[in-house]
Amino acid sequence: MSSIEAGLYNLGRLDQLARQDTAAHRLDPRAKVVTTFVYLVCVVSFGKYDVLALLPFVIFPIVLASEGDLPFGFLGKRLLAVAPFALMVGAFNPLLDREAVAQIGGLSLSGGWVSYASILLRFLLTVSAALVLIGTTGLNGICMAIEKLGVPKVFATQLLLLYRYIFVLADEAMRMSRARSLRAQGRRGMGLGVYGQILGHLLLRTYARAQRIYQAMICRGFDGTVRVSGRLQMRAADVAFMLGWSAFFVLARAYDLPLLLGQLVTGTLS
Amino acid sequence: MSHHTISVVDLGFTYPDGTRALDGVSFEVGHGEAIAVVGANGAGKSTLLMHLNGLLSPGEGEVRIGGTPVTKSTLKDIRHTVGMVFQDPDDQLFMPSVFEDVAFGPMNLGLPPDDVVTRVDEALRRVGAAHLKERPPYRLSGGEKRAVAIATVLAMEPSMLVMDEPSSGLDPRARRRLIELLASFEHTRIVATHDLDLAATLCERTIVMSAGRVTADGPTREVFSDDELLAESGLERPLGMQTCPVCGKV
Repeated sequence: MSSIEAGLYNLGRLDQLARQDTAAHRLDPRAKVVTTFVYLVCVVSFGKYDVLALLPFVIFPIVLASEGDLPFGFLGKRLLAVAPFALMVGAFNPLLDREAVAQIGGLSLSGGWVSYASILLRFLLTVSAALVLIGTTGLNGICMAIEKLGVPKVFATQLLLLYRYIFVLADEAMRMSRARSLRAQGRRGMGLGVYGQILGHLLLRTYARAQRIYQAMICRGFDGTVRVSGRLQMRAADVAFMLGWSAFFVLARAYDLPLLLGQLVTGTLS
Repeated sequence: MSHHTISVVDLGFTYPDGTRALDGVSFEVGHGEAIAVVGANGAGKSTLLMHLNGLLSPGEGEVRIGGTPVTKSTLKDIRHTVGMVFQDPDDQLFMPSVFEDVAFGPMNLGLPPDDVVTRVDEALRRVGAAHLKERPPYRLSGGEKRAVAIATVLAMEPSMLVMDEPSSGLDPRARRRLIELLASFEHTRIVATHDLDLAATLCERTIVMSAGRVTADGPTREVFSDDELLAESGLERPLGMQTCPVCGKV
């Protein structure tokens, strides 16, 4: 399987998972979107050197994923697939920031390593929360939710169509790359020239397809608004889910819960 | 009812790059008729179809649907009357689930939600795809996609159906089912196709196009028996009308 094929397969798998029927899936998409948004804001807003204070945030994706019956192995693999970005982003921190912030035994821990750990942890938390959101809601539900929450329709529609056609586009790209490799006489790598041509060709094809899709849309009375049929209903359970978790996130953001817990256990809470 | 008719008068169309795609095309289609439009690649079939519901506006001449000329101001009604099934179902199925895709048209018509659901169910039942309702379009097989694409158009309840290559890319059984389905419709139908056997089974009348012109227009059996005409238009007799390679009989 080529990497495009594998990517496509994984995306489809996530989509399949999103069509399960569990307590987590039945929650109102809006509740999940808002909760995840609060979660992301809280996680991202922590200070550069915060590591331990982030730990309480591990709970949310784990709880929601197990509630939603998402296999952890699958999520883990998805995380690994995007991990190189995070690993690169912080890779120079330990080199640039050498000021010692803690002493463990005889070794001093530099600020760079702490901030690197913080970046990686935040990456893990945010990406897994996003994956769990998609895995329990589906992109369809998310689009519907953000539209109902007041995001301009154009964006919601764009997102919806983008998601629908990512499969078609990837399929086309895959066929082109297969056609190239069949005639490449075993040469690896395509070279910049060929790569550019394939990309250009793909763009033209996409353009032509977009035009045909638009024609199909206007044939069925499209007037600029995609009307989504689903009726959303906020129940007490959804509100409780949203407020409960959000309150927890804000609390965990405002107070260093692991520290407080530690103090409580060791009895030094003043 | 006499208004499910199509009349094309002296239609001409040139693409912006200078390709002369249609040149003086004229024909009439009566109520409830099933017509095949055949011709080699590039003969102008698709261009012609796109004129029938106003996706392209005529360069010269006129298209009338049920007596109403296709113009900017009539487009909305015309598109409601003339349902178009595209060649590639992937172009037609753009929503995230089959249900939403079929519901797209009726919702744009402004129907109340309950009616939309009824129409969707009815259209999907009609094409035998009721079980696919919740599936995303990219997970369907070619035949299923085609059936759903037809359902998306049926849900609009058009009085005429225009289809571009409906049998392309289908396996024999899916193709057989499609032919049965199309035969069961009472709409006025125009089918552009390379599948001459489909044309012979489904349509009493056939229009042959070649280089943007109508080269023949008549009963399907007659048209397909004229070998000279077929050869000139880049076509061959449908297999069902060829002599048997073993015994030599028709």
